[in-house]
Amino acid sequence: MSDAVVPHRIESSPQRARSNASWLKRALDSDIFYSFRRSRMTMVAAGVTVLFFLLAIFASQLAVQNPFDPAQLQLMNSRISPLWTAEGQSPFLLGTDEQGRDVFSAILYGLRISLVVGVLGVIFAGTLGITLGLIAGYVGGAVDGLIMRIADVQLTFPAILIALLVNGVAKSVFNNRLDAGSTLAVLVVAIGLSFWVQYARTVRGSVMVEKNKDYVAAAQLIGLPAPKIMLRHVLPNTMGPILVIATINLALAIITEATLSFLGAGMPDTMPSLGTLIRIGNNYLFAGEWWIVAFPGIALAGLILSINLLGDWLRDALNPKLR
Amino acid sequence: MLAFTLRRAIQAIGVMIAVGVIAFSMFRFAGDPVNQIVSLDTPAAEREAVRKSLGLDDPVPVQFARYFANAAQFKFGVSYQFRQPVANLLMERMPATLELAACATVLAMVFGILMGVYSALRRDTILTKFFQAVSLIGISLPTFLIGILLIYLFSVTLGWLPSFGRGDVVRIGWWTTGLLTLSGLKALIMPSITLGLFQMTLIMRLVRAEMLEVLRTDYIRFARARGLTTRAIHFGHALKNTLVPVITVAGLQFGSVIAFAIITETVFQWPGMGLLFVQAVQNVDIPIMAAYLLMVSLIFVTINLVVDILYTVVDPRLRSTIRRPA
Repeated sequence: MSDAVVPHRIESSPQRARSNASWLKRALDSDIFYSFRRSRMTMVAAGVTVLFFLLAIFASQLAVQNPFDPAQLQLMNSRISPLWTAEGQSPFLLGTDEQGRDVFSAILYGLRISLVVGVLGVIFAGTLGITLGLIAGYVGGAVDGLIMRIADVQLTFPAILIALLVNGVAKSVFNNRLDAGSTLAVLVVAIGLSFWVQYARTVRGSVMVEKNKDYVAAAQLIGLPAPKIMLRHVLPNTMGPILVIATINLALAIITEATLSFLGAGMPDTMPSLGTLIRIGNNYLFAGEWWIVAFPGIALAGLILSINLLGDWLRDALNPKLR
Repeated sequence: MLAFTLRRAIQAIGVMIAVGVIAFSMFRFAGDPVNQIVSLDTPAAEREAVRKSLGLDDPVPVQFARYFANAAQFKFGVSYQFRQPVANLLMERMPATLELAACATVLAMVFGILMGVYSALRRDTILTKFFQAVSLIGISLPTFLIGILLIYLFSVTLGWLPSFGRGDVVRIGWWTTGLLTLSGLKALIMPSITLGLFQMTLIMRLVRAEMLEVLRTDYIRFARARGLTTRAIHFGHALKNTLVPVITVAGLQFGSVIAFAIITETVFQWPGMGLLFVQAVQNVDIPIMAAYLLMVSLIFVTINLVVDILYTVVDPRLRSTIRRPA
């Protein structure tokens, strides 16, 4: 089963023992790992991505204050510039904002929100898209036609427009009284509904190919139910491209969330993501307080760039025929 | 050819009806129109009267038909925040958005094609590496960050360009244009670059890939054998053949340029339809949201239809494949 994910594993050095090859050894020996080691850019990108995830996970341990606990903020500390400038003050490494909030701590917490929304959004989009794609490809006929028509129509509309509409409608349904947690859920749904099409199309395409193969016929013959065949036998053979799409989609989902928050249709000021921090910081740009917007911006750009580089590499590594 | 055009037209109408259903459901179910008209302490009987006068107790299909008939005449109801007909608000802001989108597209086409051709012909120069870095940035940096960066550089630090608004505009009939005044042109520069950067990277990558593909074909080799100048081969033969897909993509992308203008317009406080839409989402102004969705879909669907038809006119190979029974 695990072989299906790595479609063309070649033993690079025959003298290595194969018999007692553990899971780890097989992974280290694979083509994918080889191409990973060959590309320095990818290794840097992977390192940066892991670093961002670690920063987000340990945000509360690393931050010098909880930036969203008003009791810990002091107005005396407002508008301090970064540590290395003339007016810098310890412990505010990247300076503070209007309310005396440490910018570095705010970025750590914002990063956490951005990643949570991004990852959950990708999982939601993936689940929806894979389910619909499996059904469309396996069942075929009118169901297939309907699902794919909807996908076609949706593909002509940019994701950001759909996400904004979903957001606006959700706000209206809940009378514009959403707390921060529910806003996060709305964002996840909005992102999921904007990005499911690519998964559905890819899975459907692979399923159409796979379902005519003998192993599916065999599974049908021994009387396995259709959902079980789809999930246990067909789906694992379509996972390669799904992984690539999911990686690139994570970057897109994070951009979309940041954009929505920047436009004021995303996370509120009380529980800001990187996008919200940039929107807030943008107001102080003209006063010369560049650090309030610059560092969240750099964090966001670095995160997206490294995930994109990883996605590009994964696409080439899993399928050398592409590009 | 006629059958193809007809089928595409019917598909386009189908899409518009589907979008209409969504817009109507938003209008009717997502926000109760009555609540927006009456105040909080209006008695129930009076609410009922308002409901009746708006026709909200008719069967839903009847209401849908009425909404559609009104929308076809560009009557989208009254905005909750502005207390003005939505159609007027949209029409007032449309020239700003269309001018911005057109400028961004022209910019993206010109520089995208130039950079794409250069990086295909001179593959290993420093300039090509630079272009590729720019294209990676264009894809990885969110639009609003690019806008903020430009504002910080050219407005805050250097003070060369205005950071918001359209500058002075000239009114020609109902159309307002910023293209005829100096301040209008200056105000247009940064928003156009911000909006066009993503399309530019897209076009550059496409042109480069297509050029490399075409340069490998036999007819290019044959042209070399005939002793044509490099210039004639590159620009007369190779570039010409890459332009068909490029123009198609650019045409199809025009719709998403209009949608992406939402972000650019917010960064630069550009008084267009996108800014109106964002304010509508923030303030839950459902009539504007529904109308914007309908207008943008109409633009999308029209462009898609025109491009599809033009494609078959330009490229005769497609016509024969289309004629084959599906």
